[in-house]
Amino acid sequence: MAHHSEQQEEKIPAQTKEIWKTFWILLIITAFEFVIAFLVDADHYKWTKIGIFVILTIVKAYYIVGIFMHLKHEVKSLIWTVVLPCIFVVWLVVALIVEGGYIGFERFIFSK
Amino acid sequence: MKVGYGKLMMWVFLLSDTFTFSALLVSYGLVRFSFPTFDGLRKNFEFSNSWWPIPEAVFEAVPFLHGVQAPLVFVGIMTFILIMSSVTMVLAVEAGHRRDKADVEKYMLWTILGGVAFLSSQAWEWAHFIHGTEDGLTLANGAKVFGANLVQNQYGPPAFADFFFFITGFHGTHVLSGVVLNVLIFYNTANGVYEKRGHYEMVEKVGLYWHFVDLVWVFVFTFFYLV
Repeated sequence: MAHHSEQQEEKIPAQTKEIWKTFWILLIITAFEFVIAFLVDADHYKWTKIGIFVILTIVKAYYIVGIFMHLKHEVKSLIWTVVLPCIFVVWLVVALIVEGGYIGFERFIFSK
Repeated sequence: MKVGYGKLMMWVFLLSDTFTFSALLVSYGLVRFSFPTFDGLRKNFEFSNSWWPIPEAVFEAVPFLHGVQAPLVFVGIMTFILIMSSVTMVLAVEAGHRRDKADVEKYMLWTILGGVAFLSSQAWEWAHFIHGTEDGLTLANGAKVFGANLVQNQYGPPAFADFFFFITGFHGTHVLSGVVLNVLIFYNTANGVYEKRGHYEMVEKVGLYWHFVDLVWVFVFTFFYLV
């Protein structure tokens, strides 16, 4: 546009350092998950593997929500509005997985 | 709250969407734990309707490499595509902060391309899952089952296929609507709508949605494919 002054036409340099850093973190974590999936013996270390996968998933979620979705730099009240309800989901996960174990016991073991 | 109205509402929507996806994944967990697991060593694993399958035994095919067993490789490529498109999206948002129209357009196009690539990969994955392997599964009464649908499943209990279709399908629908939104944003950017408005906050709002789709995939990838 013609009425733009000289100063506005100048390009502001891109601030992409944090973005690419996050990209590498996400990529390395995913690659590490593949290494674990193939190298660690699932017959003996099944629950160790599952534990590592769950922790790494939460780390990845932290970087996606915190940096990519910019939540880390938002106001505190918004952060808690989002994070607090999700904590209840964790409780739901644990409660229903335990419940699933009981259903399986009733269905396949107890009934025999 | 010092957050724009539209952005705040997007966050509230994403929170409600989190609950929907959590409900799907939690019910997957419940049903999975209610089924027996395979007793023997992993190398002796075979498909049966009586126990839950090991995901890496199910998802081991790659396009153009027929008969090659490459567990989780294709889904790894899909994960990479989605992470990459999330990066180009955040680059578009960053370009929007600088009000650099050309950069926003460029990165939105890359993001759209990533979304389309992911959807195509998923279409292939679904097709392979539905058609099944050449040998299929022989049931106790001698009947053979090939592939999976909502009532029959060669890889394990029918519930496994049901959850596969529902969870990845629901996620795929989100990716599809994300691509449609991204196309709209690209169209508006190219027409100078945001340039005239003076800010690129719409790119940011749709960006939030797109990252959320990536986030959901991170969880689906772990709980459906890895664990």
